[in-house]
Amino acid sequence: MTATGGEDRAIRRAVRRRSRLPTILGVAGLVIVGALVVTAVFAPWLAPYDPTERIARPFLFPSAEHPLGTNDVGHDLLSEIIFGSRVSLMVGLVAATVALLIGTTVGVIAGYYPKRLGSTLMRGVDVILILPFLPLLIVLAAYLGRSLLNTILVIGLLIWAEPARIIRSQVLSLRSREYVLAARSMGAPDRWTILRHIVPRTALLATGSFVRAVSGAILLEAALSFLGLGDPIQKSWGSTLYWAQTRGAFLTPAWKWWVLPPGLLIMLASLGFALIAFSLEERINPRL
Amino acid sequence: MTTRTAVAGRGYPREGASGEPNLLEIENLMVRFELPAETVRAVSGVSLSVAPSETFALVGESGSGKSVSMLSVMGLLPSPPAVVSGSIRLEGREVLGMPGRLLRRFRGRDVAMVFQEPMSSLNPVHRVGRQIGESLRIHRGVARSEARRQAIHLLDRVGIPSASIRVDDYPHEFSGGMRQRAMIAMALACDPKLLIADEPTTALDVTVQAQIVDLVRELQAEYRLAVVWITHDLGVVAEIADRVAVMYAGRILETGQASDLYRATRHPYTSGLLRSIPRLDRSVTTRLAEIPGAPVRVVSELAACPFDDRCPLAADGCQDALPELEAVGPEGHSSACIHHHEMGSASSLWPEGTAAGRQDSEEQPGDVVVSIRDLRVHFPIIRGMRESRKRAIRAVDGVSLDVVRGKTLGIVGESGCGKTTLGRAMVALVRPTGGTIEINGEPINHRSGRHRKVVQMIFQDPFSAMNPGMRVSDVIAEPLRIHRLADAGTARERVSELLTQVGLPPDSGGRYPHEFSGGQRQRIAVARALAADPEVVVCDEPVSSLDVSVQAQVINLLADLQARTGMAMVFIAHDLAVVRHVSHEVGVMYLGEIVEKAPRDQLYEDPLHPYTKALLEAVPVPEPDYDASQRTRLVGDVPSPADPPAGCRFHTRCPVAVEGLCSTVKPALEEVTPGRWVSCHLVSPPAG
Repeated sequence: MTATGGEDRAIRRAVRRRSRLPTILGVAGLVIVGALVVTAVFAPWLAPYDPTERIARPFLFPSAEHPLGTNDVGHDLLSEIIFGSRVSLMVGLVAATVALLIGTTVGVIAGYYPKRLGSTLMRGVDVILILPFLPLLIVLAAYLGRSLLNTILVIGLLIWAEPARIIRSQVLSLRSREYVLAARSMGAPDRWTILRHIVPRTALLATGSFVRAVSGAILLEAALSFLGLGDPIQKSWGSTLYWAQTRGAFLTPAWKWWVLPPGLLIMLASLGFALIAFSLEERINPRL
Repeated sequence: MTTRTAVAGRGYPREGASGEPNLLEIENLMVRFELPAETVRAVSGVSLSVAPSETFALVGESGSGKSVSMLSVMGLLPSPPAVVSGSIRLEGREVLGMPGRLLRRFRGRDVAMVFQEPMSSLNPVHRVGRQIGESLRIHRGVARSEARRQAIHLLDRVGIPSASIRVDDYPHEFSGGMRQRAMIAMALACDPKLLIADEPTTALDVTVQAQIVDLVRELQAEYRLAVVWITHDLGVVAEIADRVAVMYAGRILETGQASDLYRATRHPYTSGLLRSIPRLDRSVTTRLAEIPGAPVRVVSELAACPFDDRCPLAADGCQDALPELEAVGPEGHSSACIHHHEMGSASSLWPEGTAAGRQDSEEQPGDVVVSIRDLRVHFPIIRGMRESRKRAIRAVDGVSLDVVRGKTLGIVGESGCGKTTLGRAMVALVRPTGGTIEINGEPINHRSGRHRKVVQMIFQDPFSAMNPGMRVSDVIAEPLRIHRLADAGTARERVSELLTQVGLPPDSGGRYPHEFSGGQRQRIAVARALAADPEVVVCDEPVSSLDVSVQAQVINLLADLQARTGMAMVFIAHDLAVVRHVSHEVGVMYLGEIVEKAPRDQLYEDPLHPYTKALLEAVPVPEPDYDASQRTRLVGDVPSPADPPAGCRFHTRCPVAVEGLCSTVKPALEEVTPGRWVSCHLVSPPAG
């Protein structure tokens, strides 16, 4: 029996197909995120009006001049949403960075010293994971006051626990790898093994959890702003929804241009990052 | 019990040498793996046949295609990426391309397979007996109670004591040797005609390996089994193989009756393999013969002799065409070498070379570098939340040793004897429970710092001991950087100097570890261990993960480097023959204790402790028809170090144990003759 050319091609195709889906989803995520980043960076040029200026009558229906109409004080909604991408993305990225810094530090220390120090730290992580999320977020945000920095801090402080766990489990396995043993047998101090052999090896995993944290942070920011706990000066997608809610737009035909676009964008941004995270994870740990 | 129905096949099976039709016929088998990056040609044109109740050994290094060709007989290769072509006939019936339904019917019933790692081939959540009965229930449809009865019978047959109780054990309750016995029992369940054993003893200790070889030999006679024994070790199969095929780069290079192949070798590769096995019955004054280079990985179709670049006989014609097997001797002895008639004796083809300034052991003692006194390392057993204070794994339990400058101390023992823990304690990777380790008179300090550079370690698996994300130059320079021994410029110089010393091109530092072969990686590990100019290097099984042809290279390298630098070495291994080649003094460990310690030649010529004797006898000899019946085989496995036997720890397996004495009184390690220490009641210390 000899393999024919057709069979050969079928086999090659099957091999390729196995690795295709995550790539496609990853590219889709990159396209979404890329588009949003471009929008955020070039917002002043893309937006037709200044979103903080009253340029028309309030509650205008969509028209050629104002594709999404105007809000209750006569701001152009399209411009508001375009500028809103800046806040959403920035809060997402910065909060995720905060979370990752805390998470990696805790995770690496807890993983490298798993006995007393590690288990104490992980109990702290457990507590944070157990706490009911949204109520805590609201209480903290209300207590600290409404500002962009506070929003970022509150979100960052609440979502570091998951990256910490993921990184700790990786470090636990890394610390007993033979090359770590080898470094220790050479007389390397702990700082050396951690910085040279452990942290670089968690980088890939950390990237994955960073992207996922961004996705989560964007949702949380939207939630906070929707509840009216965001920075009152900054226009974000969440705060647009907040005003839409307070002005009753959810119950009028205005929901189509006032509620739907920011809502979809929140979903899209979160989805974009989540897709990238999924594709990264598939690459890092294909057997998941 | 079984009725072996004649299989109506396509055409008649050809007849084997014995006159019976061949059981297995493989013709022009090709296997390639279509990987996303490249196509790997694992098997390129293998033809072989196995007659009923014959033992056929398939020998080759890793990547030679030996396992892949047998897995394709079982139809166990994943497709994709594997593409198999050629012809495999079992009792005349074509197996290749057979639909899964039919394939499953003969798999496990007519052909059974035993794998290398018994723990991973047994399902950890099912009882052993149930797993053995499984194939009976599938193929014979017997009832559960009947399957269990037969499982007990089979376990008993493969030498599991009190089989009717152990049948309900889970795999983790079995020792390594017992698991492999259980795997064999499982394979035999349906009374197969062909047993494929894929490196069945590689993961086992020498003493257990000998037991398994004996067991298979017995069972083969009893069940009239044909056995295909896949191995990388020509030594193991010499005693049992009727015929041997040596594979390399997916091709058979030489095949024939075992006696012809071992005694009248007609291929330089076979002869090189045979020469590079360290042997107990040869002198150790010279270096081991080594095959240069590393096994190849075949990516494009072979057009020339694959062994050409490593072959001492390589001449002009070798690159021109792919040599086919041609008859070179009686009874099917054939070789795929166009220069086979030029083969002289193995020793002229693969010279052992002269030892460059290697001292002999009969010199005056030098100064002691490492001094270990009453070292104890116990690991607490953690049950639930608390660690129990009373119960502990006594990995090392009262060991005293001296390592002398410029000399090598060999440590031998079976797995679980504590030799690795001892080595790790010396580089401060584990904290001793008691006793002292002094280096140059100073107790070893577990804190990191410059003082730690005097002792360095070489690990068993060089690949996992190197950070895969670091370049080789950084790997080697790591000790220099840790101990701040060099600035950037001198470090680079030192790295290329070290690379040259270990026989690698000095500019290979820019590459990553995965780009090197196993032997080269171990060379890199050696270079790294030497970087900090240590006084002692602890080598933990440094060659056991390497291919046979490469082992000799690394052993010779270590010996040369020792002669050049005057460092002391601690050479930990389970292989007595390897240890003999490098050591000046040898300590034999059993369950955390040294049972015998002696200068090398004394120990090997006249072992005193029964355990040393047993270990030496278990070493396979690469001679067919070697009379193995004289040997005393050790029974059973090493007891748990958590719960060592009272009295002499070896008495449970000792063939000469005296009841009442050995089982109650613990023998002391006493000096029998100067420099020679034995701990056995039956070896009398000198009078006075």
